Amino acid sequence: MIHVIGYSGSLILKLIQYLGEIGLLFARTIYLALIPPFKVNRLLTQAKRVGPGSFFIAALIAFFVGMIIAVQMAYQMVKLSAEIYIPNVVSVSLTRELAPVLTALIVAGRIGAGITAEIGSMAVTEQVDALKAFAVNPVKFLVVPRFLALVVMLPLLTIFADIIGIVGGYVICVYKLLISPELYFNMVAEALTAKDILTGLFKTIFFGAIIALVGCHQGLNVKGGAEGVGQSTTRSVVISFILIIMTNALFTTLFYFIFRM
Amino acid sequence: MIVISNLYKSFEGKIILNDLNLTVKKGETTVIIGRSGAGKSVLLKTIVGLIRPDSGSIKINGKEVTDLSEKEYDKVRMEIGMVFQGGALFDSMTVAENVAFVLNEFMDLDSRTVNDKVEDALAMVGLKGIEHLNPSHLSGGMKKRVSLARVLCMEPQIILYDEPTSEVDPITADAINHLIVDLRNKLKVTSIVVTHDMSLAFQVADSIAMFYHGQVIAQGPPREIRTTTHPVVKQFIYGKSQGPITDNENLIFGHVK
Repeated sequence: MIHVIGYSGSLILKLIQYLGEIGLLFARTIYLALIPPFKVNRLLTQAKRVGPGSFFIAALIAFFVGMIIAVQMAYQMVKLSAEIYIPNVVSVSLTRELAPVLTALIVAGRIGAGITAEIGSMAVTEQVDALKAFAVNPVKFLVVPRFLALVVMLPLLTIFADIIGIVGGYVICVYKLLISPELYFNMVAEALTAKDILTGLFKTIFFGAIIALVGCHQGLNVKGGAEGVGQSTTRSVVISFILIIMTNALFTTLFYFIFRM
Repeated sequence: MIVISNLYKSFEGKIILNDLNLTVKKGETTVIIGRSGAGKSVLLKTIVGLIRPDSGSIKINGKEVTDLSEKEYDKVRMEIGMVFQGGALFDSMTVAENVAFVLNEFMDLDSRTVNDKVEDALAMVGLKGIEHLNPSHLSGGMKKRVSLARVLCMEPQIILYDEPTSEVDPITADAINHLIVDLRNKLKVTSIVVTHDMSLAFQVADSIAMFYHGQVIAQGPPREIRTTTHPVVKQFIYGKSQGPITDNENLIFGHVK
């Protein structure tokens, strides 16, 4: 029993320490983002990797998720002759929860892992040391552009995922359940409110920050050689996934119970 | 001039630098020799401020640097160029972008001036027409020379070389040796070269310092070191397996109490 308490205690301490380190990196990133020099090219390069680079896979997943929700809803709704409300469920569940979270998870797997692997390789080949030796702050050079790119591009990707997911639902509703296209879009427009879309997008700003900070933190703290890079990359994805889901649960609860949104 | 006094550094209770004292005279090349893992690279990283010592003093051109803040140290770093063991070229940049790194980061120069400076720096290290290549396309020796060209663009007063001839063929190693000597003669830079390549040491050094157990156990001009009677230094420079330095000797020799 004492052993279990001791183990749990050490895990909690490690979690607090980790979150403290992430918090510190966040504070340094914000501070360094606000002071010159501002290198726009570096930001654009990262934004291109996150946005256009992830668009196809995010769109593909959103399209199929939209289809899956419609099919799953149809499974129950048809029994109640309520299939007319499937567009409502598809659009609201996509914009509030599924598109933001799934897009964030895709980007964490694709971009977050890439960030850790890239920065981790730079760390083990002394490129990060070289930056410091040239009086260049590695957080300013490596973390700030990735952080800003993710914080800006993830909401944009989510907007596309919202639209494409709704199109996925359209395919099932119109071609399989024989709901007319006009009716489908009317029901979507009736069900969706600005707060559904905005709460979903608001969360993605935090998801983007989590992916960037966890990815960069793991990369900058790689120990060992190629094996260390591999382990950090895996950890980066796992930690990002957990933090994204936890943050989503927190925001969903806050929005629903506190702000009544 | 670099004056290091009573320098201590340990990692996780293992002592790496133990009351280390070393003086590097202005405009001279000091070569630090010693076994792999003896703390030679740690010393270079401590001089450039990548690692902070536990205690002791480092004076660079008369200025104590061990207690400087990161921001203050950055000003000192602008006077020091470090050539890393593997080159440490930035993978995401071309050779030209690597060489122009400091110019692009800190100086507001037009692209023509930058290109001219990059060409000049590459010419100094004997490389031409490789500006557009990525570091992954370069051999080990070329990477080290590009790394040196990148440092030359800073016009540093001090250059630190970490194993400049490791993993390169003997002909390239000789070319690098000549380069280090030329730079000292032409630019009058103060240099510290870390190596266990004795051919390099004798060719480029004004002074050779032998590292052993975290301390400098002998320092002097190459002639003196070559004729030394010190058993450890003698064994090392002639590469003998028999002697006070043994194969299974624990390089991490002590623990913090």
